[in-house]
Amino acid sequence: MNHVVRRVLAMIPALFGVVLCIFLLTRVLPGDPARTLAGEQADPATVDKIRAEMGLDQPLVAQFISYVRGLFAGDFGFAWHTGQPVLADFVSRLPATVELAIVAILISLLLGVPIGVISATRRDRPVDHASRIFSLIGASMPLFWLALIVIFVFYNKLGWEPAPLGRIAQDVNPPTSITGLYVLDSLLTGDLVALKSSLAHIIWPALCLATGSTAIIARMTRSEMLEVINQDYVRTARSKGLPPAKVILKHALKNAAPVVVTVVGLQFGQLLGGAVITETVFSWPGVGFYVVQSVLATDYAPVQAFTLLAAAIYLTVNLCVDLLNARLDPRIENA
Amino acid sequence: MPDTTVSAPASGVRAASCDRAGSRPTTAWRLLVRNRLAMVGLVFIAIWTIGALVAGLLPYSPTATGAGGLLEPPSAAHLFGTDNFGRDILARVLAGGRISLWTGLIAVGISLLIGVPIGAISGFLGGVVGAVLMRVMDVLLAFPSLVLAMAIAAALGPGLASAMIAVGVVGIPEFARIVYSQTRSLRERDFVEAGRAIGLRDRTILTRHIVPNTVAPILVRATLGMGYAILTAASLSFIGLGAQPPTAEWGVMISDGRGYIISGEWWMTVFPGIAIATSILGFNLVGDGLRDVLDPRLRTSR
Repeated sequence: MNHVVRRVLAMIPALFGVVLCIFLLTRVLPGDPARTLAGEQADPATVDKIRAEMGLDQPLVAQFISYVRGLFAGDFGFAWHTGQPVLADFVSRLPATVELAIVAILISLLLGVPIGVISATRRDRPVDHASRIFSLIGASMPLFWLALIVIFVFYNKLGWEPAPLGRIAQDVNPPTSITGLYVLDSLLTGDLVALKSSLAHIIWPALCLATGSTAIIARMTRSEMLEVINQDYVRTARSKGLPPAKVILKHALKNAAPVVVTVVGLQFGQLLGGAVITETVFSWPGVGFYVVQSVLATDYAPVQAFTLLAAAIYLTVNLCVDLLNARLDPRIENA
Repeated sequence: MPDTTVSAPASGVRAASCDRAGSRPTTAWRLLVRNRLAMVGLVFIAIWTIGALVAGLLPYSPTATGAGGLLEPPSAAHLFGTDNFGRDILARVLAGGRISLWTGLIAVGISLLIGVPIGAISGFLGGVVGAVLMRVMDVLLAFPSLVLAMAIAAALGPGLASAMIAVGVVGIPEFARIVYSQTRSLRERDFVEAGRAIGLRDRTILTRHIVPNTVAPILVRATLGMGYAILTAASLSFIGLGAQPPTAEWGVMISDGRGYIISGEWWMTVFPGIAIATSILGFNLVGDGLRDVLDPRLRTSR
């Protein structure tokens, strides 16, 4: 318990650093937000007025304090291009991103870990070579390109994929909102038409988003399993006649688990970056797509809020990984 | 408690093996040549480097519209076809290599020039300054890399230079951490003690004795960092934050081709994509190969 409290407390300075970093990024870097907002032709008086309204004429420390106060009050700024507070825009778009990220991480776990285990147990056999080539290529493929090729092959040529426009077909009603996750909601409400359409829409972007992390998880699982398999206790387990599958799953994988959990956590943290790209290519109406639209509209507040959200998620996932690993491996707790 | 110390001797061995391979570059090179995958990677890098050098010799300029008809599929006259403005895609892909390689070099250069001193100073001096610097690096690592690059590039305003700076800044903490941990373990070694004993100043010990011994892991990281930088810069261009049209840059070209791949004109997208994938693969393979040669304890593929 002590360990949990300590880890949670340790997150506070990290979050503070993140907030400070994001704040400095907008205030210190070149480019004048008041000037941008006023437009190129605005006269100096108007720019000054907007600057005062935005509080930009205050000293930096005062600005930072009011920024942090705002965050605590749920004020993440105003999105000029949608005419709404950023928070409201996020709330309506977050479920789409969460759903995509969950499906993607499930895919990369369910594919990556078994691929890694199998290729470690069949080292230097064809399966191992195939999975290593997949890992190399998967980790080198630009996501935005992969997504376009998937659309070209599976939508354009084979017709397996529905039009890459959103979470559900235009002529299908979205399921009654309970969690905001279409697949889950249509399951809960027993809406089979919506279930079929939302699954068909999510699987392609999720596969694309999962490719890179699947490759990395497979690769790290393989190398950690190879490390563990050569340990004495695995040899002992084998020599006392345990079935090979049991040795691999119960003895080896269990000890490789902390490393695998860490890698999965890191990949999950990075997923939000990939979501920006995937959502853009598939016109998936999540926060990533929204951020790119904000960037194109030179609207910085949503970008700032998204960066904060991404870092907060990353830190939280890392915390969960640490706590989970302390459960998996009691030795870590004392470290 | 005893388990926490297990990694300490391991890093000592690691450092020792580094100076051995590092002091004999010819041995390292011979080992690298024997690594087949690394050689494949080197070939990919060579292809795009040579392509970038000869791009100017092609009959078509990368930005000249009407070099051929609009959206012509690959043919003898235009090996990679032409785009929606009738520009020759082969010329654009090769010219794009020049931009991508430069982007990678400049971004990695920024990460190196800032990250290495930060890591060396905090590792060698320790104390409050070192702790604060490394905490700042930890904060930078708390962001998903593409998201941080986006935030920086968006703050600087879209453009190729912004993308280079953004990618470079995002790479700083990796270098700082590598040099930091190396410096920490090297600081305790006998040759540093000896340097102190004969009265060398801290600065001399740091620049002459410690930093040269961190070259091997930095080289590995820089090679892998090139691939990462090319990928991230192209991603930024794709979402409109990096190089701007009509620049012949791979991410921009794929973004241009987006509207056409749906209607079947695949060549606008496929060729620049292959270029990105193979150049990243090239740097990843060479980076992995270098790591195996220079630092056997960190081997990823046994």
